[in-house]
Amino acid sequence: MIEVKDIHKSFGDAHVLKGISATFEAGKTSLIIGQSGSGKTVFIKSLLGLHTPEKGDICYDGKNYGNMSTDERRYLRKEIGMVFQGSALFDSSTVEENVMFPLKMFTNQSKSEMLERVNFVLNRVDLVDANNKYPSELSGGMQKRVAIARAIVMKPKYLFCDEPNSGLDPRTAILIDNLIQEITDEYNIITVINTHDMNSVMEIGEKIIFLQHGIKEWEGTSNDIFKTDNKAVTDFVYSSNLFKKVRQAYLMEDKK
Amino acid sequence: MLKQVFKRPQKGKIFRDSLVRELDDLGNKSLGISAFIAFFVGGVVAIQTALNVDNPMIPKYLIGFATKRSIILEFAPTFISIILAGKVGSFITSSIGTMRVTEQIDALEVMGINSLNYLVLPKIITTIFFYPFIISIAIFLGIFGGWVAGELTGLFSSTDYIDGIQLEFKSFFYVYAMIKTMVFAFVIATIPAYHGYYVKGGSLEVGRSSTRAVVWTSVTIIVLNYFLTQMLLS
Repeated sequence: MIEVKDIHKSFGDAHVLKGISATFEAGKTSLIIGQSGSGKTVFIKSLLGLHTPEKGDICYDGKNYGNMSTDERRYLRKEIGMVFQGSALFDSSTVEENVMFPLKMFTNQSKSEMLERVNFVLNRVDLVDANNKYPSELSGGMQKRVAIARAIVMKPKYLFCDEPNSGLDPRTAILIDNLIQEITDEYNIITVINTHDMNSVMEIGEKIIFLQHGIKEWEGTSNDIFKTDNKAVTDFVYSSNLFKKVRQAYLMEDKK
Repeated sequence: MLKQVFKRPQKGKIFRDSLVRELDDLGNKSLGISAFIAFFVGGVVAIQTALNVDNPMIPKYLIGFATKRSIILEFAPTFISIILAGKVGSFITSSIGTMRVTEQIDALEVMGINSLNYLVLPKIITTIFFYPFIISIAIFLGIFGGWVAGELTGLFSSTDYIDGIQLEFKSFFYVYAMIKTMVFAFVIATIPAYHGYYVKGGSLEVGRSSTRAVVWTSVTIIVLNYFLTQMLLS
C-alpha cells in the first residue's frame, strides 16, 4: 500500500501541492484527474521521489520514503514501473534494448533468459516483430506499449502512468487502458494513473482522486462520479455534452 | 553532483559497455579533427617562426626548437583542448540535455539507476585517459607538420629543423603537457555534463545550454592554463 500524508510542494512562489493525502491499494487502478496545472504531474513525480515535498510523508508498505537512504530508495525504485507522458524511451536504443535495459542493469540473467522475458512482455502488450525498431520508427500507441513493456519487465509492485492516453486515437487509448487494467489485475500491483481522459475515468477508475489548485477536491469511484454534486468535479467531468448525456442516462437507470 | 558521479558503477558490464561507446563518441571521433588541426598549426608555427627569424646571427635550428616547444607546451594541450571543448562539450551537453527534456533521465532515476554515475562517469574516464593519447598524437603531428612546411616552402632545411627538435629535450615539458591535458579533459567532461543534466525547458534551452557550456568550458580552460603554467613551470 502507498500512503500519502499531507504533502506540500512549491516551486518558488507557486504552491503546487497544498496538503494532499491519499492511499493506494494493491490490485486497484487509481486515477488522478484534474485540469492542466492542478498539480497531477507534480503529485505523481513526488510519489516517485523525482520531486521532494517540503512537508508530508509518503510511505511505501509502511516505510517512509523521506527517511530512506539513497540506496534504499534505489532498491525501492527497482519495484516501480513508470510510463511517462512522452514514453521517455531511450531513442538511440532499439525496442528490445529499451525493454531489456532494466534486466541488464539489475539481474544476472543470461542473454537468452533476458530475451525470453523481453519477448514475453512485448507479446503481452501486443507488440510483435518490433524488437529491432527504434522508437522514432514507431507510432505513438506503439511507443506507449514499449514504455508499458519496459515498466513491467521487472515485475514491479507499483505502476505509475502519466497521461498514458495523451495523443492517442480513442480506439488505441481504450486498448492501452484495458492493457493497464489487465496488468494490474494479473500482477496484483498498485497502479496510479494521471489522466485527462474521461473514457479512462469511466472504464478503469476503481478509485478516482480529483485535484484542483493543488488540493484534493474529491475522491470516489467511477460510479460515485455520476452521483456527486461537487461542482468542481461536475464542471470538469461533464464539460462535454457526451458525458452530460451519459450521466443523465446513468442517473435515470439508477432511479429505476 | 560529483559525489553521485564518483560512486561505484551499479553494474560492471553496463559500465564497460558505456566506456566503449564513449570511447568511440568522445575519443575516436575526435582524433581526425585533432590530427588535422595539429598538423596545420605545426606548419603555421614553423613558417611564422622562420619568417620572424631573419637575423643571420640566429641559427636556423632554433625554428625547429621553437616549434617543438610551442607545440608541446601550448598548442597541443591548450589549443586542441579548446577545440575539443567546442566539439565534445556541445555533444555532451546536447545529448544529456535532450535526455533531460525528454524525461529519459527521469526514466533512469525511476528505474533506480544513478543517472549521474551512469551518464557522466564513463565520459570523465574516457576523456581523462584518452585525451593524453590524442594530445600525444597532436604533438607528433604538429612537429611533423612543421617539418613538412619547411620542406614545402624551403624556408629552412630539414637538417636544421631535425637538429632543432632534438635540441634540449626536457621530458618534464611533456609531463606538464599531459597534466594540463588531463585537467582540461576533466573540465571538458564535467562542465558540459552539468549544463546538460540541469537544463530546463525544451530544445531551444538545450541549444542555449550547449553554447553556454562551450563558453564556460573554454573560459575555464584558459584560466586554469594560466594557473597550471604558473604552478608547474615557474
